[in-house]
Amino acid sequence: MPTKVEKDEITGQNTTGHEWDGIKELNTPLPKWWLYTFYVCIIYSVIWWILYPSWPYVTGYFGGVLGSNQRVELDERLATAKAAQAQYFDRIQAASADEIIADPELLSFAVAGGQAAFADNCAPCHALGGAGQGPYPTLADDDWIWGGTLDDIHQTINYGIRSTHEETRFNEMPAFGRDEILTREDVDAVANYVVGLSGGDHDAALAENGAVIYQEQCAACHGEQGEGMQELGAPNLSDQIWLYGGSEEAIAQQIYAPQQGVMPAWTGRLDEETIKILTVYVHTLGGGQ
Amino acid sequence: MDAASDQTVIQTEDARSFKEEKESPLYADRIQIYPKAVKGLFRRIKWVVLIVLLGLYYIVPWIRWDRGPTAPDQAVLVDMPGRRLYFFFIEIWPQEIYYLTFILMAAAFGLFLATSIGGRVWCGFTCPQTVWTDLFMWVERKIQGDRSARIRLDKQPWTSEKIWKKTATHIAWLLIAAATGGAWIMYFSDAPTVTYEIVTGQAGLSVYFFFGLFTFTTYLLAGWAREQVCTYMCPWPRIQAALLDQDSYVVTYEKWRGEPRGPHKKGTSWEGRGDCVACNQCVAVCPMGIDIRDGLQLECIGCGLCVDACNDVMGKVGRPLNLITLDTERNQYNRMAGKPTESRLIRPRTILYVAILAVIGIGVLVGLTGRAGLDLNVLPDRNPLFVKLADGSIRNGYTVKVLNRVREDKTYTLTLEGLDGAKLSVLGLDEGDGSKAALDAKPDQVSTYRLFVTVPKGTVDDPVEDLRVVLTDQAEGDVYAFDTIFRGPK
Repeated sequence: MPTKVEKDEITGQNTTGHEWDGIKELNTPLPKWWLYTFYVCIIYSVIWWILYPSWPYVTGYFGGVLGSNQRVELDERLATAKAAQAQYFDRIQAASADEIIADPELLSFAVAGGQAAFADNCAPCHALGGAGQGPYPTLADDDWIWGGTLDDIHQTINYGIRSTHEETRFNEMPAFGRDEILTREDVDAVANYVVGLSGGDHDAALAENGAVIYQEQCAACHGEQGEGMQELGAPNLSDQIWLYGGSEEAIAQQIYAPQQGVMPAWTGRLDEETIKILTVYVHTLGGGQ
Repeated sequence: MDAASDQTVIQTEDARSFKEEKESPLYADRIQIYPKAVKGLFRRIKWVVLIVLLGLYYIVPWIRWDRGPTAPDQAVLVDMPGRRLYFFFIEIWPQEIYYLTFILMAAAFGLFLATSIGGRVWCGFTCPQTVWTDLFMWVERKIQGDRSARIRLDKQPWTSEKIWKKTATHIAWLLIAAATGGAWIMYFSDAPTVTYEIVTGQAGLSVYFFFGLFTFTTYLLAGWAREQVCTYMCPWPRIQAALLDQDSYVVTYEKWRGEPRGPHKKGTSWEGRGDCVACNQCVAVCPMGIDIRDGLQLECIGCGLCVDACNDVMGKVGRPLNLITLDTERNQYNRMAGKPTESRLIRPRTILYVAILAVIGIGVLVGLTGRAGLDLNVLPDRNPLFVKLADGSIRNGYTVKVLNRVREDKTYTLTLEGLDGAKLSVLGLDEGDGSKAALDAKPDQVSTYRLFVTVPKGTVDDPVEDLRVVLTDQAEGDVYAFDTIFRGPK
């Protein structure tokens, strides 16, 4: 690059002497102290390389003489946070779910912690906020298959439903159609009756016939008026909430060959306190009894 | 020329603009500037402004303002741990930080207005860099003497005189810097408490860190860096060119009557020559080290000290004053042509700036004075959007945040409007008949509640209905409303 310093006619200032495709640049010198500041920054960065993790090796990396490690720092901070939470967990361990709900401080801790634990463990099936989806029941409504008191919820989370735990909640609705307990016509008749229980559109003549069969086959578990029985996990058939659909076809299908959901037992997978705060959280979603 | 026999002889300085000193290096050496003491109108204004501003800076943190027993009693305080900003009767919460945005906008437009009228008055008179540099130069002058004495002192070897003068100067600078750094801390912490803690060594690490940091930066910027800050670090000199026009008052050398310049012998004719006697006093007093006779330039901070210096000389040689003056470009052309001058302070540019300032000012004022003692926020649940209950009714969940700015307990009655048959319940509170609930709002806090709103089956036609949540102050009857939505099935 040719370097020829010229005096610019208009400004009276010198050029840097560099020229790019006819474009010349006026020389506005940078103060030297600023250049030195730049050198200081370079020295600073070298010191930084030595102190902190910097250069990669073929395997591993140079860890720096200070031995700083962000993963370790994260673990330490998590441990600090855990330690700060410990006092609450101790109190939660000592308290019953009822006592947690009565204590505003514990309640707000349990709801916040429960929300996180719910998102990690429960939301894949029950959806965020207990909104429910498909065959997984909504936990925010006021309809409970196995009961919505704190004790009921606690037991359900602990041992699950039709799970492998020996104390699991368990029931089995007979497959009335598939196992040829009822004929197809009878199943349709009962389905019409059940639709009528909650005020849905149905064939009155069929329902009249279905009522008789219902009292023989279904009322023992689902109740004479279809009010259900939480002790047995028999759903209420007279309300507006249908886990597997409320149409006549869906109900008939459920009578013919029922779907039966499974919820795993969480005892042993989650610790006592987490199950307790999950209980409280689910209870506060809006349907707790 | 015999100086002793003629009192009016003008001393000529060998001062030159620092720009002439450089050859063509890519990196320039710093050329030390030794500004000479000067007396006159602008110098007096600068002293007054300096005393007022420094006085404000040091005194304001000590002003007390009673806000009751639970709040700090410092009039101006940035309370970081408490997440509050106090300014006399105003108390700003973190989520209202946008007020600061408007205040900064007002500051910016105020600066634009001042610049379009008077050039770089901000730089020359009120900028902290200028004020502290001025103060540091005053200290320097008191200890080491004026321009020529300081030049001599710097050139001479390290004698005991030089050592004590330099040491005394730096100690004085550091003391001022420490006072500056200390006062800065007081805007973030209770002034009497933090002063006591600093003195007795009980203050926290961060206090000492910022105390040290601001002491160091003050010492560095006002003692050492000075004009380098304005010329090389500050963006403002670059912006100013866009804000000046031909009606802006800027420090101007009247070239048309000053040139050709040259030394003038007393008693000789002024015919055929300019008024400038080439005494270089204007360069000698310049804190930026430039020659104003080269015209308006990037480095000029518009302090007007060269005007004072030149007027002193013009008075002595008996020529009209204001050879260097504060004037507009338009007037300079008028004067040159012998036409009458005019002052155009009111012009589209200034009108626009004033209008913007007025809008921002009124907006902030109305916003701050009209602020209620309570802020209500109602956030509808996103998961689930709505819940169908056993009897077919539809329920929505909300998080209600009641922000109580008042430092006393409040109780509000929560009611609903706009949704027929809606019943409400608040988690943890007695349900009653579902038409209202009593919410407690703790003082100076946000209280959070879970609200459930239920409508009977079949009453919601649209997927989204309007809903208004109303809070009524049980003691004073003030009403606050928040418009939200109620979602139902499609």
